[in-house]
Amino acid sequence: MRRLADLYEALDQTTSTNAKVDALVRYFKEAPPEDAAWALYFLTGQKLKRLLTTKLLVGWTQELTGIPDWLFAEVYASVGDLAEVIALLLDGLERPARPEELPLSVWLEQRLLPLRDLDAAEQRERVVSWWKAMPRRELFLLNKMLTGELRVGVSATLVIRAVAQVAGLPPPGVAHRLMGTWTPSPGFFKQLVSPDVSDGDRSRPYPFYLASPLEQAPESLGKLEDWLVEWKWDGIRGQLIRRQGGVYLWSRGEELITERFPEITEAASALPEGTVLDGEVLAYEDGRPLPFARLQRRIGRQKLTPKVLAEAPAAFIAFDLLELGGKDVRELPLRERRAKLEALLKDRPRFPISPSVKAGAWEELARVRGEARERNVEGFMLKRLESAYLTGRKRGDWWKWKMDPFTVDAVLLYAHPGHGRRSSLYTDYTFAVWNGQELQPVTKAYSGLTDEEIARLDRWIRAHTREKYGPVRSVEPEQVFELHFEGIQASPRHKSGVALRFPRIARWRTDKKPQDADTLDSLKELLHAHR
Amino acid sequence: MAASGVPRYLNGTLSASSPFQDRPPLITVTPLGLYCAPGDFHIDPWRPVDRALITHAHGDHARGGSRRYLGARAGEGLLHRRLGADATIDTLEYGERLRINDVTVSFHPAGHVLGSAQIRIEHRGEVWVVSGDYKRAPDPTCAPLEVVRCNTFISEATFGLPIYRWDDTRLVAEDILRWWDANRAVGRAAVLFCYALGKAQRILAELARLTDRPAYVHGALNSLVAVYHEAGVRMLPTQLVSETEKGMSFAGALVLAPPGAGGSTWMRRFGEHETGFASGWMRVRGNRRRRGFDRGFVLSDHADWPDLLRTVADTRAERVLVTHGYSDPLARYLREKGVDAAPLATPFEGEAED
Ligand SMILES: [Zn+2]
Ligand SMILES: [Zn+2]
Repeated sequence: MRRLADLYEALDQTTSTNAKVDALVRYFKEAPPEDAAWALYFLTGQKLKRLLTTKLLVGWTQELTGIPDWLFAEVYASVGDLAEVIALLLDGLERPARPEELPLSVWLEQRLLPLRDLDAAEQRERVVSWWKAMPRRELFLLNKMLTGELRVGVSATLVIRAVAQVAGLPPPGVAHRLMGTWTPSPGFFKQLVSPDVSDGDRSRPYPFYLASPLEQAPESLGKLEDWLVEWKWDGIRGQLIRRQGGVYLWSRGEELITERFPEITEAASALPEGTVLDGEVLAYEDGRPLPFARLQRRIGRQKLTPKVLAEAPAAFIAFDLLELGGKDVRELPLRERRAKLEALLKDRPRFPISPSVKAGAWEELARVRGEARERNVEGFMLKRLESAYLTGRKRGDWWKWKMDPFTVDAVLLYAHPGHGRRSSLYTDYTFAVWNGQELQPVTKAYSGLTDEEIARLDRWIRAHTREKYGPVRSVEPEQVFELHFEGIQASPRHKSGVALRFPRIARWRTDKKPQDADTLDSLKELLHAHR
Repeated sequence: MAASGVPRYLNGTLSASSPFQDRPPLITVTPLGLYCAPGDFHIDPWRPVDRALITHAHGDHARGGSRRYLGARAGEGLLHRRLGADATIDTLEYGERLRINDVTVSFHPAGHVLGSAQIRIEHRGEVWVVSGDYKRAPDPTCAPLEVVRCNTFISEATFGLPIYRWDDTRLVAEDILRWWDANRAVGRAAVLFCYALGKAQRILAELARLTDRPAYVHGALNSLVAVYHEAGVRMLPTQLVSETEKGMSFAGALVLAPPGAGGSTWMRRFGEHETGFASGWMRVRGNRRRRGFDRGFVLSDHADWPDLLRTVADTRAERVLVTHGYSDPLARYLREKGVDAAPLATPFEGEAED
């Protein structure tokens, strides 16, 4: 456990990516495989199913420290991280001079996982005895594991780079081995870093290649004929695998969604062995995508009744080929992969190919982009025809060129404290527009301001609070913000009657007065425009 | 001390009510600042007044424009730096008594920064103490806090939450040195941000016990370091960054700078470097990450939670008024422990100066 605490501290104490990779490499070289497997489990963002309720942990902490409820709430509001709050509060306890040290795997397999089968009294006895014997750093990590929220602030790319360095393998190979479901066993870790390439798992997807938002003028990308232009579909990015008699559909979140889309997986069993497609799952009817809301409604349903399936029939729009005849073809240029994809799906109408959008010049393309909203797509994808299929978000070859967002000017009405590292600041806000003489809250938004603006707004909020409701403050309705959003839909669940998609703050409009803000009616007009 | 961090003597022993509770309060908050009517003077006023008693030289306590000032002699140099060479400043030795109108005043060490004082005011047998800012942790740059018994204690509460609890200062200093050494080993500068008055000199003094390598300082710190030198405080030798040769390499150097210098063009000269911040706020991980420092060193010139409780108990005050930061929770906690306590609204801001 100490070794993991050292790693956590090293990662936490630097903003340099090289230093982070170095720390990870050091850890993976030194840790025994059974510990390394668990560390990797947490480093790649996987979580234990919760071992006990946070309510119990809070209660035991209060018993040990005599901190009353209101003060615990106050402390939590100022720190924002329960595991940390508990570790800080328990820091006043007497500790043994030489704390016992157990390997991470022993902690997990012999101490933490068995907690699930114990009753609350036994759980309390064990956890409290550990708390009393651990140094603060380890206690913090233990709490994180107990609450099932141990996340380490390091990207998957860096972890993969480090493991690849330890194993002496190319990073994409390691990334591939880490996809899908695996258990943190010593065997798994040994296999991960072994030079043997005959992997067994037939369901394992390839890491997705992600596009970067295009911020510069498209002309700066060079000649249009070097690029494949496709619509940017507004659905669920998916990878469809047909291997060894099985079919697997993975979402970008590495979730296996095979069962959610029977019509797609059924059609996929007719694909040739050893085929992997990258594409988008869409609600799709009469050769045309339906609004995302339709697909979303279907995802929300527990049971896939025939009625649900008929309301939002799904299709897989293919746009790339990753494996053909059991061979990884990601290194081929897109031009060739696309040709092979077209040949493969030529006589398979149930697998439409994302069409390439033709235009003579960038200007013309920009005009066509205006049709995006009517077509229920989000804009364009621009892919360099000579590019290989890379891993993760690598800038340069794949761009998403989104259509201009909707905008609304709204008034700040409530402020909520942030989470984690921003817990001592008000970083989440509720905005309102005019409904007659009243300000009607319509959406929450949090991203978009600079740190400096957040700090300034935080000071303003504290000085202009009207009322406090727990951690939430209502403020004087004075500040106007320009919000951007991607879509709007009618929503009976919201008092305003509308729900905005991906709202974020574009600008703090200090030049505007609250009476300059938009009205609910003008928002609702967009609802009809967006059909 | 009990495991909970609550001193046992806080439990119920202080509920005795004040024999002076029928008298009007000796000190009130007015638009100009804390005011003592029978003495006709203000304490750490935030507006210009006729006569100001000053606890210490931090900006939220010592403000210019008043006609005459009274402070502790040990803080005279710093007060002149803050208030200007031509400000009229009278001083008293710690413990020396002075009659002002109907009251007797004296200054007592607060352990916060050089020359910091608690102000004791006695009026017809009733004693009030205004603590200003204070700490109990040992500090080689100033006299340790003296417990002053009183009827009413006006306490700060900058870190008035039970998560704030300081490690031994020497361990923190060793940590800073280790960080400096680690950066030195790879040829990087280590830029440590800290408040210019008090914290910087304390770090230089703590490090002087461990090494004699010189450190570089930002201009805002330098003149204050000189005042500490004049007061006889032993610190690392320092050199002004702006007086180094143009293009000089800072590889392996330790640089002390006020937080405001972070992210400025001033930083460019250091080349490859790591940043650290020394403050009580660094106790909470999110505070450090939000501000983007590589390292946080938990070091404060304010009392931590156990020491706030301990000091309140030590004064045996029947009534406690709380200013700065977490005044509401500290006052409520004390009330629940049987102490007559209330928050006192002032614009003091320990936050900015720690
Ligand atoms: Zn101060
Ligand atoms: Zn202060």
